[in-house]
Amino acid sequence: MSIIHDFEYYKPADLKEVTDLLERFGTKAKILAGGTDLIVQMKEDVRAPEVVIDIKGIPKMNEILLEDNTLFIGACVTFSELIESEIIKKYFPLIKEMSETVASVAIRNRATLVGNICSAVPSADSAPILLVYDADIITKSSSKERTISINDWFAGPKKTVLLPEELVTGITIPLPDKKHAGCYEKLGRYSGEDLAQAGVCILVFEDLHYKVAFCAVGPVPKRAYRVEKFLKSKEISEKIIEEAKQYLLKEISPISDIRATEEYRTHMMGVMFERGLKKAVSRLHGGGNA
Amino acid sequence: MPEIHFILNHENRAVRVEPNETLLEVLREKLGVKSPKCGCDRGDCGACNVLLNGKSVRSCLILAIEIDGQEIITVEGISRDGLSKVQEAMIDNNAFQCGFCAPGIIISTTELLNNNPHPTMNEIKEALSGNLCRCTGYLPILEAVQKATKE
Repeated sequence: MSIIHDFEYYKPADLKEVTDLLERFGTKAKILAGGTDLIVQMKEDVRAPEVVIDIKGIPKMNEILLEDNTLFIGACVTFSELIESEIIKKYFPLIKEMSETVASVAIRNRATLVGNICSAVPSADSAPILLVYDADIITKSSSKERTISINDWFAGPKKTVLLPEELVTGITIPLPDKKHAGCYEKLGRYSGEDLAQAGVCILVFEDLHYKVAFCAVGPVPKRAYRVEKFLKSKEISEKIIEEAKQYLLKEISPISDIRATEEYRTHMMGVMFERGLKKAVSRLHGGGNA
Repeated sequence: MPEIHFILNHENRAVRVEPNETLLEVLREKLGVKSPKCGCDRGDCGACNVLLNGKSVRSCLILAIEIDGQEIITVEGISRDGLSKVQEAMIDNNAFQCGFCAPGIIISTTELLNNNPHPTMNEIKEALSGNLCRCTGYLPILEAVQKATKE
């Protein structure tokens, strides 16, 4: 299967050239980073951009930086680069744990975290982690730069609030100042390639507040605020977990599709939430690495 | 038609490509490099894996034009001076049946052993989790990789 339509290919050397192109071509243009989603969509004719803008030639887009207690991940940073990064390993082991669940090596060598949230499929592995860490997305157009909270980012399945004249240059994540630990639980049919049938991410802070987010069990990945509110200031017990699960089930709205049924997803979310919460609490008290 | 320049299997190459041609198409149809195979053509099966600057990638998901100035290695490059240890081990263990997945698996294994010469069985499985094989049930392949790391 080839890409049947023609397009123009640009590989700008600076950001201004990208934003100029986006202003000129708007919805006719698509940004190309790793291409693991875009090329498939172009082959299947889901997308037929007239202009493809490759942003891999732009300096600083592949940087992972920790400055002033804020992590920056550039738009061209691949999942493999996140897995190998010493900064990620030391300060955000949860991002490493998540990245290792994304597809398989040859995809991770190419696919980017920013691309993952720009594709915005409901099962985006990166989303729950970015949600619990309150990440911001940095966008740029020729006229302005915006900082958009990840909580406001997803507008629907495969839809974001990104404007046609904008591109994402990177994301920032504040390093929490309190001691915390987390866990990402992903359900897939097999390791290597599979998209999440359901995913849940949990952060536990030592002052007993919790952050919970999920993917693949609703139209967009999102935080489970009702669960967080219920868990606040509570020590985890079997009874508390059972009650929290009831709140979680009210927050999710899974569908049946080729990967799993609604009933299976609903059941497994409860199981994974319990598993993840216990793991996160145990890690907070020194059991394990995240 | 734009011309791209890149290193293919240790040699400088130049070729004219359309922007919508994938690396896999250009390697097989314009440059006659036939080891990367077109399996699923959507990044799922791993049969088209090649090394791009030393890292395994799906050549069906990369535009040929993107690799201007980069380095590509395929199985032809790996075995330029004779079969590699990985390839010998695959033969000794009778690891493949139809062989369609073999080039992709040899690419993935080569990358793994370059980074990690003595992987555990779990690490081998993880490295090969993106390569589908419909004949063997994987076991002889995994055992061959293990064997290659021990010698």
